[in-house]
Amino acid sequence: MAKYQDQMHLKYESQLREPLVYGTKTYHDVTEDIVRPIEAKPSKLWYVGFYIAVALLMFGVYAIYRDVTYGIGQWNLNKTIGWGWDITNFVWWVGIGHAGTLISAILLLFRQGWRTGVNRAAEAMTIFAVMCAGQFPIWHMGRVWMAFFVLPYANTRGPLWVNFNSPLLWDVFAISTYFTVSLLFWYSGLLPDLATVRDRAKTKLRKHLYGVASFGWTGSTKHWQRHESLSLVLAGLSTPLVLSVHTIVSFDFATSVVPGWHTTIFPPYFVAGAIFSGFAMVQTLMVIIRKVFGMEDYITMGHIEAMNKVIVLTGSIVGVAYLTELFMGWYSQNKYEGYTFWYSRANLFSPYGWSYWGMMACNVLSPQIFWFRKMRRNLNVTFFMSVIVNVGMWFERFVIIVTSLYRDYLPSSWSVYYSPTVWEIGFYLGTFGLFFTCFFLFAKYFPVIAIAEIKYVLKTTGESYKDNMGHLEHVSAEVFAHSGHGHTVVENESAS
Amino acid sequence: MAKKKFVVGCFDDEAVLFPAVKKVRTAGYKIHDIYTPFAVHGLDHAMGLRETSLHTAGFIYGITGTTTALSGISWILTYDWPLNIGGKPHFALPAWIPITFELTVLFAAVGMVLTFCYISQLSPFIKKHHFHPRATDDLFVMVIETTDKTNVDDLVGFLASAGAVETDVQIAEEGWWLGRYDKDEVPFQNKIVAA
Repeated sequence: MAKYQDQMHLKYESQLREPLVYGTKTYHDVTEDIVRPIEAKPSKLWYVGFYIAVALLMFGVYAIYRDVTYGIGQWNLNKTIGWGWDITNFVWWVGIGHAGTLISAILLLFRQGWRTGVNRAAEAMTIFAVMCAGQFPIWHMGRVWMAFFVLPYANTRGPLWVNFNSPLLWDVFAISTYFTVSLLFWYSGLLPDLATVRDRAKTKLRKHLYGVASFGWTGSTKHWQRHESLSLVLAGLSTPLVLSVHTIVSFDFATSVVPGWHTTIFPPYFVAGAIFSGFAMVQTLMVIIRKVFGMEDYITMGHIEAMNKVIVLTGSIVGVAYLTELFMGWYSQNKYEGYTFWYSRANLFSPYGWSYWGMMACNVLSPQIFWFRKMRRNLNVTFFMSVIVNVGMWFERFVIIVTSLYRDYLPSSWSVYYSPTVWEIGFYLGTFGLFFTCFFLFAKYFPVIAIAEIKYVLKTTGESYKDNMGHLEHVSAEVFAHSGHGHTVVENESAS
Repeated sequence: MAKKKFVVGCFDDEAVLFPAVKKVRTAGYKIHDIYTPFAVHGLDHAMGLRETSLHTAGFIYGITGTTTALSGISWILTYDWPLNIGGKPHFALPAWIPITFELTVLFAAVGMVLTFCYISQLSPFIKKHHFHPRATDDLFVMVIETTDKTNVDDLVGFLASAGAVETDVQIAEEGWWLGRYDKDEVPFQNKIVAA
């Protein structure tokens, strides 16, 4: 440490901040710790989980096979409830897919150091969640072989174009752009870490496969410089992108004239809900990963607590949105809005009242427990709440879609009670299968924590390094600014 | 491609690396590259590399996306196949904002990543010379290019005295660059004099 003493003030971070990496770690220890699950044989638990996921996926594939063969008539949708479980699930998965890019992009711009511990897995989760989301509109088309009709190209059917003024087409662009950009962001960040795995590989095959996957990354300073620029710009681009995607999903509803959908509050309300559910899913996965892979030093209680803070914030925003809607249902004195909000939804004894109050309980009331620090730092509570939140967010989408549709303007068009068939449920379970199959494979073959990024923050926020910097608390500002021989480095850093 | 002789010095601490870079450059040696396990901020400046222009490329790709979307949609909806939607104007700019925005982001992101891979020669199945396997683990690997006039033994000793924990001489292909990226850079000594 002695030789390091000189420039220690460059790495100084307040002692009030919790360390992001616990223990006495060197750069090599970081590599060892994070690459270990990739190099070790997977545990029995991994196989059990993986096979369950694949079984679910197979069931989903069968449900989709039936959907294509017999048409979506095998679902319980009808002329009134044209959107049911499928679109509920679509919005639910897209919402979950918001956390990853939020963590990697928005928190990067806000310089939240703790993102480094969780961003890689969260981004992977985002990509898998968006893949699951995409299934629903695609298979809902029924004649899926016509799916290319949504692509804008001058075709032989007219010449006919898609309607660029339609929110559904905006959605096509938003979701596909979001998927592409998230994938690029995730994979460009993975390159250095895959190279780390490659350079440690013992077998030829492994070296070759990770060599291909890492694109021949060397760690050249020039490449790092460009990589940094790339990450920063991608973060800058992804930040409005994340907000735009769920905004556009909310336009699918908000631009219609269906009571309960036709509201201007939808974009911010949907975005807050998306972040809320996304963070809950990240929590679910992180609590498991840190336990199974023994990553407690990297995904610390501080990380869990930070994410719980986001959950209580966004949950409360969502709660305010619910109450605002109720208020406007009354204040607008619009009969249809009033009926939807006060009868179809808020009345516990109406046919779907259970879903509204389920949503209220899961999304608004229960997250308030996270105002207590003790609860934010309790793993069991965190895990339980993360599941509850996602149940609640599923209810929210179900409430919005079904309770608005089943009784709108014309009582003669009102629908009978809608409940899904086994194939609708099977399709949903299938996307769980897809999600977890992908996630299990990711956890086995990819570094679940961004190795290079942890190394970058290690000497600033690692526990042992922080301890060594404790004495700087008592150094006067004058001495602090001019200590050491680090002048040139200071100059250069300020130039960057 | 021509093979060259390189002197490799490995450092295990960036706090030692920075003064070493300064010493090596002041002594007049030409640093081929430094391979690091993570992005060491300020190292590019210490080496005298110029700023990357990747973000400028990103901006150009972005506005290409914007113009593609706006010109495409307006041509389609006002000229090629105008649709009468409730008598609303054909040139419905507000309704095109979402797609215009998405295409801006899409073009910028895809273009930047492809450019990044191209100028850094990153691609699957590419063969590169890796000077040290631990460059992606915990070593900062400084590679110095030699000429006929370089005294290799001196240089190795010099690197060791500058704090290198491991030194090595390797012969490798230089690799192909799209032009020399740092040829216009002011030498480090001049900078110090100026400062």
